[in-house]
Parts: sequence; C-alpha cells; structure tokens
Amino acid sequence: MLQLLVLSYTATFEIKKTRIAIVDFDKSSSSRELVSLFEGSRFFTIPYYPSQMSEAEQLIDTRKVHQVLVIPEGFCRDMQVNHEVSLQLVTDAVDGSAGALRSAYAQGIIQDYSQEINTTISGRRVSGPIVATWSFWYNPELDYTTFMVPGILVLLVTIIGMFLAGMNVVKEKEMGTIEQINVTPINKIQFITGKLVPFWIIGHLELTLGLVLAWVVFDIPVLGSVGLIYLVASVYLVLVLGLGLIISTLSDTQQQSMFISWFFLVLFILMSGLFTPVEGMPAWAQTLNTVNPISYFIEVIRLVMLKGSGFVDIKSQLVSLSGYAVLVITIAVWRYRKTV
Amino acid sequence: MIHDTQYIIEVENLVKKFGSFVANDNLTFSVKKGEIFGFLGANGAGKTTAMKILCGLSHPTSGKVKVAGYDIYTQKEKIKQSIGYMSQKFSLYEELTVYENFRFYGGIYGMTRLDIQEQTTQLLSRLGLSQYRNRIINTLPLGWKQKLAFSVAVIHRPAIVFLDEPTGGVDPITRRQFWDLIYDNASRGLTVFVTTHYMDEAEYCNRLSIMVDGKIKALDTPQGMKSGMGCATMQDVFVALARN
Repeated sequence: MLQLLVLSYTATFEIKKTRIAIVDFDKSSSSRELVSLFEGSRFFTIPYYPSQMSEAEQLIDTRKVHQVLVIPEGFCRDMQVNHEVSLQLVTDAVDGSAGALRSAYAQGIIQDYSQEINTTISGRRVSGPIVATWSFWYNPELDYTTFMVPGILVLLVTIIGMFLAGMNVVKEKEMGTIEQINVTPINKIQFITGKLVPFWIIGHLELTLGLVLAWVVFDIPVLGSVGLIYLVASVYLVLVLGLGLIISTLSDTQQQSMFISWFFLVLFILMSGLFTPVEGMPAWAQTLNTVNPISYFIEVIRLVMLKGSGFVDIKSQLVSLSGYAVLVITIAVWRYRKTV
Repeated sequence: MIHDTQYIIEVENLVKKFGSFVANDNLTFSVKKGEIFGFLGANGAGKTTAMKILCGLSHPTSGKVKVAGYDIYTQKEKIKQSIGYMSQKFSLYEELTVYENFRFYGGIYGMTRLDIQEQTTQLLSRLGLSQYRNRIINTLPLGWKQKLAFSVAVIHRPAIVFLDEPTGGVDPITRRQFWDLIYDNASRGLTVFVTTHYMDEAEYCNRLSIMVDGKIKALDTPQGMKSGMGCATMQDVFVALARN
C-alpha cells in the first residue's frame, strides 16, 4: 500500500524546475521578451545569465545548470529582416529521459514565442521564423542503453549485495550455528567485519565484470576515472551490505528477511532516478531520496562513466555516502546481539 | 554460598522471568570441577533457559552466577573463553569440511594454526574419524556429526562443556559411544554439564538435578536419589518428582 502511494507520485516523467542558463548576446527587446517567457514558465528557473560561452559551458559541466540557451547577436534584426534566425540549445543528457524532456519543454517555449512573433510581424500565419538547433551533451544520441547500463550495473551490485548480506545472519539463525558463534568470545565488530568482507569483495568483482561488459558489449567506456568509481563503490558496498546485515539481524527467518529487503529495494530502485528522473518527483519524494543509497551511486556512476566527472564533482555524494555508511555499520554492530 | 575452588559453577537464587512467566525460579546449585553433572527435567521445565544463562547467551533476571570463577554479569566474555557449548540444534557448518569447521572455531578462540592442526588430529583420532578430515559435514551420518560437534566444542580446551540434549535422535549404540567420549574427556579434567531426557544416561552422571516447573526438585547422585525416594530406577524417580 505504502509503495503504491509513494511510487505513483514518484514514477512521473514530468520535470519541473529545470535550471537553464541563458547567454544573451543580442540584448534586444526581442531577446528579453524570449527570456521573460522562460522566466514566467513554471518549468524553468534561470539562476545564471553568463556573458560568455565558456562561462556557460562551465556551468553545464559542473552541473550548476541542466541547459544552456544561446541567443546570438543580431537575433532581433535577423528575425525582422530575414524572417529566420537560429538559437542554440544545449541540454545535459547524462540522464537521457530527463534531457529529452527538458529539450522538448524549452523548444515548446521557443515555438510559442516564434508563433507569437510571427503573427505580430506579418499578421499572417507562416511557419515560425525561429529555428532552434539543439544538441545533447554527454550522451549525444540520447541512447537508452548508454544511459541505462551504468544504472543497471548499480542495481545488480545493490540487489546481490543486499540479498547476500540479508540472508546470511538469518540463515545462521535458522541453522543454529549463530548460537555456536555467540558462545564464543568473538566480539561484535569482528563478527560484522567477518560478515562484511567476503561480500564486499564479491561486490567489487561483480562491478568489475559489469564495467567490462559495458565496455565490450555496449561500447560504453568509463570517461572519468575508474579508480573513482571503485572508491565510491567501496563505500557504497559497505553501506548496502550494512543495510542487509541490519535486516538480517532483525529477521527470524530467511523469508522475512527477503520480504523486508524487497520492500526497501523496490522503493529505492523506483525512486532512484534509474527509470524516471529524480528532478520530476515531488519535493517530499526528493527529500526521501536523500536516504536512498541507490540514487547517490547511480548519479555518481553516470557522471563518471558518461560525463567523465572528477573527484570534485562527486565529492558531496561521496561525503554523504560515507556518513551514511558509518551510520549504518554502527547500527548493524549495535543491533547484533550475542544474547537471545 | 560455598566459596570453594572445587566448585566451577556456582549458582545462587537464579531467577529468569519472561514477562510474568517464571522460567527459572530461584535456582541454587553448584557443580564440582571435573564432574559430569546431569541437568534433568521435563520439556519446558526451564533447563535450556538456565543453560543459556550459564553460557552467557541470555541475561538472568536476578541472582548470583559464577562460571569458571567469572561473574556472569561483568565477565561474560571471559566465561565464553573458558566454556564449550553444544546446542540442541546441530550447529556445525554443513557446507564446510570437518577440518574447516575445526579451523574456523579454533580461529575464533584465537588458537594458532599449528595448535588447531594438532588438536584436530588428536580429537579426530580419538573419534576414529581421522580419514574423514576433508569430508563435507552434510555427507556424514548424524551420529558422527554429533561426535564431531562435541569435539569442535572442546577444541579450545575449555574448563567446562555444556551439552544441551546432545544425543537427541541418535541410535543407542552411538549414544553409548557418545557417553564414552564424555567419560574420556571428563577423565582428562573437563567438567561436563549435560541435559538429557534419557534416564539411562542420567545414571551415567556423577550428580543430577531434576527440574520441575522452573524449580530444582532434587539434587543428588543417581544412587542417592533412588535410595532417598525408594525407587528402583531413575525413571521412577523422575516420574515421582514430575507428578508432585
């Protein structure tokens, strides 16, 4: 029930609040009119008005904006004289479906403006004089596999990690071996570490296999640093395995552990931004996503693999994941009881 | 309370409650060093509960408990180093080999690799199972597994071993062999604390306690119990006590 309620809201393809930077080289009344249309739209906010192209490129590179609209010099004049003018629209398409939507929204506004100008200038209907040339950066073809493969890789690592860890302690409970362990002087930290390390290694092997497959089969190389992916993965795996271990220590049967794991996984996966853009979700859902480990790692792996982002770009995600991992492991150690 | 070093387990007024249910009602008893102490009682009489407290698997509600000279409240981990435990549920890792199980538990107790090797060789040869060292546990018959579980429980040379119905579900011959194993270890100075439902096994113990409804109703040698109650067999003693 809870899932139905939450997920129906979050599984939306609509995107509000696209951050667009507008480079206005024309600075005419016409260009200002177009800018005001973007300002008035509930789909866009314009946090920056860069004066140079290089500045705009940097904004999109560092993900401060999702889109850049360039209004060329002579925009107003060309429109009146030549009845034809072109605009440049650049969209960040690391998240392919969101990129396509954003581009479509922006073009919609430009078309509307175009129609309006058209009728006011000539008083008759002709095809709009403004042609927007658009391009998608980082994932130029808006290729679905390019965009999905890194995300799916994250999912596989997550699901297997969570299940391995989730089934483990509870299996020992069912077998009765946990009691045998509990009468030994082993301490809780040793126990949790012993449970964690093998799965942590398995997780890394799986990630490696996945990266090689992405490269060989889907022709998606890692543009950024492979080491960076492993750095984030090593923290991420601690977190996911820790969650699995918590579930496992709380459950009495493997079936119970399985149900709880799936419950969280379904929520995490559908809200992660794998299928539908996170930016399109309502604010409360985006807040919920701050505790969704999958969304962090999907974001990071897409940025590093497709965009070639460096350490600085993903530092905040890494810091969040690290804090989260420490918290989860502490809870796992604390929750594991040597007494019944 | 008898503060004598000859006692390795000292329990005084032990109470364990689950909500309003009293599982252990004011237990007081002591176990001597090197003795085989039988802990008897009907199902649900509170034997396993008491044993779990002695092993540090469960917290007592109140009362004084000392195991191997250590206090159950403050020195639980020290106790764990000095005891072995074999639970009702068979609890070796089924998918590991015999030796891997020995190595794993030996490792947990901080034994060196060489020490584990020697202990394993010795324990297996005493069982006559040396040639099965590298067999996967779940391919072995239950009786063997029980004997192996016992050997794993004593790999770190504990002072006391707790056995919770160790011979449940095995044939009479294997049971006899299992008791030979217990005797063998007791003769080497190991204290054995054992629960059982088999009255013939009760006869093997040096001393016995019989629990009824969370209380200890009798505590004596098997001989003393029988003559004290005027019964011919332990079976009669048990039935007479449980009926009251």
